[in-house]
Amino acid sequence: MTAGPAESGPADSGPADSGPAGAAPLLRIADLTVRFGPVRAVDGVSLDVAPGPFGLGLVGESGSGKSTIGRAILRLVPWASGGITFDGQNVGSLRGPALKAYRRDAQIVFQDPDNSLDPRMAIGATIAEVLRAHQVVPRASVSDRAAGMLTEAGLDPDFAQRYPHQLSGGQRQRVAIARALSVQPRLLVLDEPTSALDVRTQAHILKLIARLRSERKLSYLLITHNFGVVSELCEQTAVLYLGKVAEIGATNVLLHAAAHPYTVALRSAVPDVDVAARRSRIVLPGDPPDAANPPSGCVFHPRCPLAIDRCSAEVPVLREAGPGHRVACHRAEDVLAGAPMPTHHRSLP
Amino acid sequence: MTETGRLGVTDLRICFGSRQVVSIDDLRLGHAEILGLAGESGSGKSMTTLAILGLAHTVGASVSGSITLDGQELIGLPQERLREIRGRRIAAIFQSPSTAFNPVYRVGTFLTKALRLHGATRSEAPDLAAGALRQVLLSPDLMRRYPSQLSGGQLQRVAIALAVALRAEILLADEPTSALDVTVQAEVLDLLRDLRESIGMSILFISHDLAVVAELCDRVAVMRDGLVVEQGPATQVLSAPADPYTADLLDSVPKLASPL
Repeated sequence: MTAGPAESGPADSGPADSGPAGAAPLLRIADLTVRFGPVRAVDGVSLDVAPGPFGLGLVGESGSGKSTIGRAILRLVPWASGGITFDGQNVGSLRGPALKAYRRDAQIVFQDPDNSLDPRMAIGATIAEVLRAHQVVPRASVSDRAAGMLTEAGLDPDFAQRYPHQLSGGQRQRVAIARALSVQPRLLVLDEPTSALDVRTQAHILKLIARLRSERKLSYLLITHNFGVVSELCEQTAVLYLGKVAEIGATNVLLHAAAHPYTVALRSAVPDVDVAARRSRIVLPGDPPDAANPPSGCVFHPRCPLAIDRCSAEVPVLREAGPGHRVACHRAEDVLAGAPMPTHHRSLP
Repeated sequence: MTETGRLGVTDLRICFGSRQVVSIDDLRLGHAEILGLAGESGSGKSMTTLAILGLAHTVGASVSGSITLDGQELIGLPQERLREIRGRRIAAIFQSPSTAFNPVYRVGTFLTKALRLHGATRSEAPDLAAGALRQVLLSPDLMRRYPSQLSGGQLQRVAIALAVALRAEILLADEPTSALDVTVQAEVLDLLRDLRESIGMSILFISHDLAVVAELCDRVAVMRDGLVVEQGPATQVLSAPADPYTADLLDSVPKLASPL
């Protein structure tokens, strides 16, 4: 439980030191657990997001709990235990004007802009609605600000007159980003913002986020299943598996010197345009396990190519693997030493 | 390998009324070859798939030119004849496997119905289905489950299993991994590569992502606005693209080197 700006959690579950030296985090998630019935969708996760410009990547497969964490930050799902603090305030206990201010400070962009834009509302009206609700600018200048936001998101201001169905997927996602940024949030949650888009459109949206990040000193959480996406935009990355942090550290370290076999496999699964590299993929057998019935010991052990007896018996704790680098794996030292992992699995489940 | 081609597309024109959306002069898929058809939404790659399946008319498009399967012309063939080819000899899998299944049929029912439609007897269909599931590395126990009880990756494998069970010679794979996690994508790509090697399946692999194409394909054709702007061996097209659009698509792939 974290009820205030407390910075000292238990030594073995506290978040990794993130961001510029010593700066207090903008957002702190401490030992967060979210339950859906018997399922622990998020199971004791601790994360820090530094003040901007800063990006934290949350990487994992479907069912890893990454989107649930994003939703919890926005208070779209309640949590069972643990806490979230924003700028020193306990997010869970915000009420009235303080909650409204938080709802302005923290914004979210979802994967599918089709479902987050009202089909019966013109684009300009969609953005104006948010501006009015939060009284960001005087009424008279609402439409100017909306047009300005569209320009900033790389769209023609004339798009204000159009409806969502008249826009392409990439343009709709730009509108969703423009709307989120129109109220000048301090924290942005980007939940798979490019997964529904073509690669070329994705590249444009990632460039837009990079530009807005430096122009507006944005602090954001980028949720994705693709390591390629976080590598360009996040200095820190947390890898999630079945509701737990498997590994967290500087994105560069996770990409090139990961200590968790799952991180190594996820990174290896990212396709590459280099035709010569195609034979060296690590293929994990099967799907992530059922969260309602998690495996014993390390939840990753049934799919792990390096699993030993200890892995099915004992839950690995998140421990130091290097400066600002934490890992929950009994075999982290072997992974760091370059233990070979098979590149093909040809067996029946 | 590609001189004759199992599947040949020549002077293909697809139009909606007077508006031409696809114009392909020459595209060939050889025996046990994997050809990548790359391009963005709207480039005409999925319309090309529909035309090959003889289904372009269902979305109101008209098709002219030539599409041949082992030398046999498909354009103009009556629908009854096409129905024997479609599914049986030319199978297709799509981006969202969940929409390819009837949610009220168990996976086993779905497979055996499709097999019986293409001539399997009542007694042999379940065995064929079970064998095909094994071949795509799924347990035959899944036959008792409903589509909603399977993951996206498992459903895509079941769709591939049907093509395997029917001994399809050609698989049209239209963005088959775009909706999947990267780890599951890697598995499905591995499976497709395996099927090409083990049963000599020819695969037309359609994707907007050149990195995925690079993982799998022997040759690549890049489409833009209904035209093939470049085609050639994957090693050549992806390492030294001749068309600036191909280079742009390649640049769009996120790089794993972190610039931060």
